[in-house]
Amino acid sequence: MIIKDVLCPFCGCLCDDLAVEVEDNKVVDVKHACKIGASKIMGHDRIKAPMMRDDKNGEFREVSYDEAINESAKILANSKRPLLYGWASGLCEMMAKGILLNEEVGGIIDNTASVCHGPSVLGVHEKGLPTGTLGQFANRADLVVFWGCNPVQAHPRHMSRYSVFNKGFFASKGRRSRKVVVFDVRKTDTAEMADEYVQVNPGEDYIVMSALRAIIADKADVVPDSVGGVPKEKLVELAEAMKSAKFGIVYFGMGLTQSRGKYKNIDNAVSLITELNAHGKHSIIPMRGHYNVGGFGQVCAWTTGYAGAVDMSRGIPYYNPGETCSNDLLMREEIDAAFVIAGDAGAHFPAQSIARMSKVPVIQVDPFHNPTTEMANIVIPTKVSGVELEGTAYRMDCVSLRMRKLVDVDFPSDEEVLDKIIAKVQEIKGASS
Amino acid sequence: MSEMVIKNATVYDPINNINGDMMDIAVKDGKIVDSVSGSAQTIDAGGRLVYPGGVDAHTHIAGSKVNVGRIMRPDDSRLNNKPRTKVTRPRTGYTVPNVYSMGYGYAEMGYTTAFEAAVPILKARHTHEELEEIPIIDKGGLTLFGSNWMVMDAIRENDLDRLAAYVAWGLLSSRGWGVKIVNPGGGEAWGFGKNVSGLDDPVPNFEVTPRQIVRQLAEANEKLNLPHSIHLHCNNLGKPGNYETTLATFDVCKDIKSKRDRQSLHVTHVQFNAWGGNHWGDFESKAEPIADYLNKNDFLTIDMGQLVFGSATTMTADGPVQYANARLLKARWSNGDVELEDSSGVTPLEYHPQSYIHGIMWAIGLELALLTKDPWQVLMTTDHPNGGPYVNYPMVMTMLMSKKRREEEMAKIAEKTFERTSIAGIDKELDWYDIAIKTRATHAKVLGIVEHGKGHLGVGADADIAIYDIKPDETDATIEYNKVEAAFRYAAYTIKGGEIVVKDGEITATPKGKTFWVKSTAPADGHERMMEDLKMKFKKYYSVSMANYMVQDEYVEHPYVVETGYQ
Repeated sequence: MIIKDVLCPFCGCLCDDLAVEVEDNKVVDVKHACKIGASKIMGHDRIKAPMMRDDKNGEFREVSYDEAINESAKILANSKRPLLYGWASGLCEMMAKGILLNEEVGGIIDNTASVCHGPSVLGVHEKGLPTGTLGQFANRADLVVFWGCNPVQAHPRHMSRYSVFNKGFFASKGRRSRKVVVFDVRKTDTAEMADEYVQVNPGEDYIVMSALRAIIADKADVVPDSVGGVPKEKLVELAEAMKSAKFGIVYFGMGLTQSRGKYKNIDNAVSLITELNAHGKHSIIPMRGHYNVGGFGQVCAWTTGYAGAVDMSRGIPYYNPGETCSNDLLMREEIDAAFVIAGDAGAHFPAQSIARMSKVPVIQVDPFHNPTTEMANIVIPTKVSGVELEGTAYRMDCVSLRMRKLVDVDFPSDEEVLDKIIAKVQEIKGASS
Repeated sequence: MSEMVIKNATVYDPINNINGDMMDIAVKDGKIVDSVSGSAQTIDAGGRLVYPGGVDAHTHIAGSKVNVGRIMRPDDSRLNNKPRTKVTRPRTGYTVPNVYSMGYGYAEMGYTTAFEAAVPILKARHTHEELEEIPIIDKGGLTLFGSNWMVMDAIRENDLDRLAAYVAWGLLSSRGWGVKIVNPGGGEAWGFGKNVSGLDDPVPNFEVTPRQIVRQLAEANEKLNLPHSIHLHCNNLGKPGNYETTLATFDVCKDIKSKRDRQSLHVTHVQFNAWGGNHWGDFESKAEPIADYLNKNDFLTIDMGQLVFGSATTMTADGPVQYANARLLKARWSNGDVELEDSSGVTPLEYHPQSYIHGIMWAIGLELALLTKDPWQVLMTTDHPNGGPYVNYPMVMTMLMSKKRREEEMAKIAEKTFERTSIAGIDKELDWYDIAIKTRATHAKVLGIVEHGKGHLGVGADADIAIYDIKPDETDATIEYNKVEAAFRYAAYTIKGGEIVVKDGEITATPKGKTFWVKSTAPADGHERMMEDLKMKFKKYYSVSMANYMVQDEYVEHPYVVETGYQ
């Protein structure tokens, strides 16, 4: 059986044109997907049963779901400062349960954006975000800028589906309708395919943007001969290209959000785009990583008012990045229990945070073994969302789509596990109050 | 089965011509009935004011742009925080409340129904995800059609049946209630950073005019016999001198005939479109000619879009106006273009009484409501949260009821306001009956949901009832406006579908509301031509597959579907 129009549970492109062949309840072939997406859908070794251990250096023993869930609930209910982290490789339905669980335990809920596009959100607090849906850029953009991102590696179908090679209503010649510029510290595979590669000194993106803004504001005379490693004449040329574009789009990634300047880079980039709208139409959009990392920001915002890093210890949502993000709390050694779901803290957090996690009980809910498993005391395997479970995900441009179920499995869903933990936490808290 | 009786109620129910009669209201299984058994739960209203549950026909409560506002404004989410209780979830936000506060806030004021006024089809799934999470109230959404490529192509090719078929399909796809048009054609022009300048300025690349878009969508709307009329945000919003465009736009629909007992055109938040002058320097009110027009024509209704001083988060599908606002005010600017369909923008701002521009805007909203003779023609709204957040409705109600209250406000407002508006000379004061019309009855009538049990207390209606802690017989609203405002702000009881959801201003229960949407048949040949065009557009221009586009039933858990048909 071929299932068409399947959504891909890999990156923020959330491609929805895959064709998946299923035989005897097994995925046997994936068409139209990139290699990473296809491999995710085909599946690989997964955690077979819930496991627990007291000593993080000891061996896991297999336990029942009930035992793992009850023990998790006990840890969370008795914790003073639990961290509920991850939430990016799951569906919106389970995120809503996560928000509720966090209310019940008075903890902190935070997602992988914390170490990814979190600074972009801070930039949005400062300046907003002039953006649009990917199809708007596909149909109109004649100037495409990739700044600090490398879609060839990280978002493999982005350039063919949305940004560069595809044809659009006003870009009828596809690639030839667009000028492609890459700003990066190194000549990436994406840069190899660009019309212009602009090498920026590491950590100097901010001043390059400031120089472009000055030139666009007709103040080129204040710009020195070279800025951030880019010669002034090149900057003048680029500013001209931006000013004369009918529709410019900037896609940006970790190269801006996690390098020197962090959210200030986004603040400056948004200012550049806002000012360029006096000349043509210009937009900017973050290249989100996990297929539904955007969904967490949406669910968290409509339930709490904030996109992440929400501290519920006061009984009301409290948000203060720098104080309430995962790594702020771990590095201050406040966290006394961690619940990691649909994200991998073990692989992506700094050593100081990992050191704290290694000292406190860690619960992991995930279909797959990953570095977080190494620190976990309890591991609860669940369905693979978008393959074994249907539900909602948000593409990088905040368009929500419904992911399909391709095969049936006996594992519980994230949502079912969360429901049971919530019920148990309520029982424990109810008994003690 | 559950029964309830509200005794000694002073009832204002304009749809049933009940004007302050002392009566009992019987409720059974969520509906108003003639009588109930002796064992029914009894609430003694003790002569207090009883209205049908409030209805808001134009508000921005859910979806992409509301969430953009929340994410952009943690400063707003810090306001009005309330911890969770045994009954309620935690509350945050003033102009952009979280979903829980959105529902509780309406219920506290005795409102039980609210319609989200701008739903892009591509993002309708998101809108419904939020609508489902808003507790207590019933809701619906108005779907954006005014800059849509399918719409403009059908109009250019003069194919009304194809257009009607697309409107039916778009409403189905978005699970929408009605046809919303925002700055017709302007959203498409904004795709390249441009705008349209008026009714006869062709949309770039599409060769149709805003006039044609309004006219043809109004005709398609009536062909489909939709419960609601077209719901229009005019061109040139936010520009001095725009009242001329507004008046000309009214005329476009003057001879459109509705088969239903309702207007054939609803023009929204007209405060923002009743501006005179040529620039900000000679900016003035043109509410009078607008009200004159309404006094001479009964085919149209409007809503106020009243301004409330203080913080607002402006959000609209009118993308270019938001860019202009943000540049003018040096404010944060979020833009949200939607491929093939529309644009949008979100900008926070602050309305200051000492700014004569804001003062004049404040006056225009009230002038529109007070100078128009028929109270059914002007709905009370603030275009939440554009003119100000909906929690200020009780204050706006007192402004309409009391000249003294207006004068108290005017004392704070820049002097120039009164040279350029007529507000200071208006003596009119609305009564309890008028307010019932302006806050529930006419909203329900304009939306076309009276026959579905909303906006009134007749037998068979939904038992959505507000009891306010005030006795109309003993209260002079023209003087005791503070008491009136307090009573309207926190209802003594809000009853939703026969269940007490608010008692003494506190939320007591949080049932899930239903979502209204319309399913319409379309002419077969028009549908065929439309599908051919639609498939081509998905193949070539949309970034999502057609099979994944339409809102699935899973997202509307409590649907109330009204079927209608092409005629």
